[in-house]
Amino acid sequence: MERYYQPEIECAPREQILQWQNERLVKQVQNVWEHVPYYRKKMEEKGVTPADITGVKDLYKLPFLCKDDLREAYPYGLLARPLSDCVRIQSTSGTTGRRVVAFYTQHDLDLWEDCCARAIVAAGGTKDDVCHVCYGYGLFTGGPGLNGGSHKVGCLTLPMSSGNTDRQLQFMVDLGSTILCCTPSYAAYLAESIHERGLRDQIKLKAGIFGAEAWTEEMRHNIEEKLGIKAYDIYGLTETSGPGVSFECSEQSGMHINEDHFIAEIIDPDTGEVLPEGEKGELVFTSITKEAFPLLRYRTRDICVLSRKPCSCGRTHVKMSKPMGRSDDMLVIKGVNVFPSQIETVLLKLGMEPNYRMIVDRKNNLDTLEVQVEVNEAQFSDTVKNMEKVERSISSALQSILGIGAKVTLMEPKSIERSEGKAKRVIDNRDLFKS
Amino acid sequence: MQIQQLSVFIENKPGRLAEITEVLAEAQVDIRAISVADTSDFGILRVIVDKPDAAIAALKEHGMTVSLTNVIAVGISDERGTFSKAVRFLADQGFDVEYMYAFISRDQGRAYVIIRTSDGARAAQALQDHGFEILPAEAVYNM
Ligand SMILES: [Zn+2]
Repeated sequence: MERYYQPEIECAPREQILQWQNERLVKQVQNVWEHVPYYRKKMEEKGVTPADITGVKDLYKLPFLCKDDLREAYPYGLLARPLSDCVRIQSTSGTTGRRVVAFYTQHDLDLWEDCCARAIVAAGGTKDDVCHVCYGYGLFTGGPGLNGGSHKVGCLTLPMSSGNTDRQLQFMVDLGSTILCCTPSYAAYLAESIHERGLRDQIKLKAGIFGAEAWTEEMRHNIEEKLGIKAYDIYGLTETSGPGVSFECSEQSGMHINEDHFIAEIIDPDTGEVLPEGEKGELVFTSITKEAFPLLRYRTRDICVLSRKPCSCGRTHVKMSKPMGRSDDMLVIKGVNVFPSQIETVLLKLGMEPNYRMIVDRKNNLDTLEVQVEVNEAQFSDTVKNMEKVERSISSALQSILGIGAKVTLMEPKSIERSEGKAKRVIDNRDLFKS
Repeated sequence: MQIQQLSVFIENKPGRLAEITEVLAEAQVDIRAISVADTSDFGILRVIVDKPDAAIAALKEHGMTVSLTNVIAVGISDERGTFSKAVRFLADQGFDVEYMYAFISRDQGRAYVIIRTSDGARAAQALQDHGFEILPAEAVYNM
C-alpha cells in the first residue's frame, strides 16, 4: 500500500493545489517586489507590477532569472530577508560566478526537509528504517537535504557522506542499512563492490534514492538487480533548495514536483514562450514558499516534459520526466557542474591557446574526464620532464577550478578535429540522456 | 661546437613516426641520428639531420611542433671506458645530463654519443679541454 508523508498535501485535489499556488504566488511576488530590488528592477523594465499578477495564469508576465543573474547579484542581491534571519547557506562547486550560493531561514530548511521526507516515504521509508546517506555533506545540498528528510521521517540516519567505500560497506552490513541515498553512479559502484565481495546476502537494503546527476533506465535496472532494491530518482537544484524539488513514487515513471512549494513551467529555450503541457522544453521553477532566497521563474536549463496524467500512486502533483538534456553546455561530472568555458579559462590563464577537447566517460560506474590540449611551441620542450611539468600544471589548475580531477593529454597541433573551423569541444560517451 | 638537434612533439599513434620521417625524406633531408623518448601519452622525437633549416621548414609546413636544441656529439674511441669517463667527468663538473643517445658514422664506422646537458656550450668546451673528442657541427651534418 502506498504511503505518504503529507497525504493531505501530496494527494490534494488539483483545484486545491492551484488555489495554494495562486495565493502563494501573489504573496511571493509582492514580497520580492518589496525586498529584492534586483528583481523589482527587472519587473519594472518589463512594465510589470505585483498588481498584474493575480495567479498562476499571469506567471508568464514575470521576467526570468538565470544563472547570469545569480552571478550579477552575488552574493546577497537576491536575498529577500535580512541576513540575521538566515541560518544556513548551501552552495554548488565551481568558480565564483559559476558558484551558486543559496540562503535559508529555519522555515526554509524545514520545508526543504519536508520535501525530502516525502521522497523517502515514497520510496517506502518509515521510522523503522536505517537511512544510509552517502551524498556529500557540507556545502553540497545532497547530504544535508536527505539527512534532514530522514530525521523528519524518523529513520535512524547514518550521515556517512561520500567516499571510503570500505567503511560504507561495513556500516551497511553492521548497522543493517535499508535505504541508500547517493548519486546513481556511486550506487552502481557500491553495487559492483557488494557483488564482488559477495556481500549481497549480508545487506538489508530495500530502496535507494539516487539523484544529483543524470542516469539511464539501464543503470536503474542494473542497480536494482545487483542490490535487490527499488531505485528511485530524486531531483533538485541548489537554486531552489536542493534535492526534493521532485521525486519518484512507486510507479517510477517521472518525478512528482512538490507543487505546493514550486510552480513548474516548460518554455521554449530560444523564445522564452511557455509551451503547452506534454511538450518538451526547458524547465522553469518559481519558489512560492521560500523566505530567504525566493527565485521567480528561474531557468534550470534542464530539458524535460511535464505530465498531469493521474498517477497510480495517488499523488496529484504534476510529474516531470527525467531531464533529457541541457539547453546550455553544462555537464555534470562526478556530481559536479562543469562548463567547457572553465577549461578555456584555465588554459588562457596558463598562457596557452584554448585548443582543447573534453572527453567524458564512465568507467566502472565512475565518471572520468580527460582534457586533451594541443601543444604549441611556447610549451614544447625537448625533455619529457618539462612536458610532464606542463601536463601537471594544467591538471592542478583544472583541479582547483573545477573541483574534480582530470587527466590531461597533450596533443599535436591541429589534431583536435575541427568542422567548419569550429572544434567540437565535448565528447560525452556516457549516453546519459538516452533512456 | 654544439650541434642543432630537432625535437618534434608526437602523439603516440600508429604510423606517426613513419609519416614524420617521410616528410624529411621528401624534403631531401638526411637523418644522421635519431631517438624517441616516450611516455604513455606522447613522445618526443629527437633527430640530427644534415640540413636543420630545411628540415624545420618542412616539418612546420606539415603543422608539427618543432624546436631546436643544442646538443654535443662526443666521439667514443676504441679504448675501453671512454664513454663512462665522459659521463663521470660531466657529473663531477656539475653538468646535468638530460638525455643521451648513440649513433654510428657510416664512413669511419665509429660510435658517437649525443649528449644533452645543462649549459651545453660550457660542457662541450670542458670535455674538449679534457681531451675528449667533440665533433663540430659541420662534421656531423656532412658525415
Ligand atoms: Zn506517482
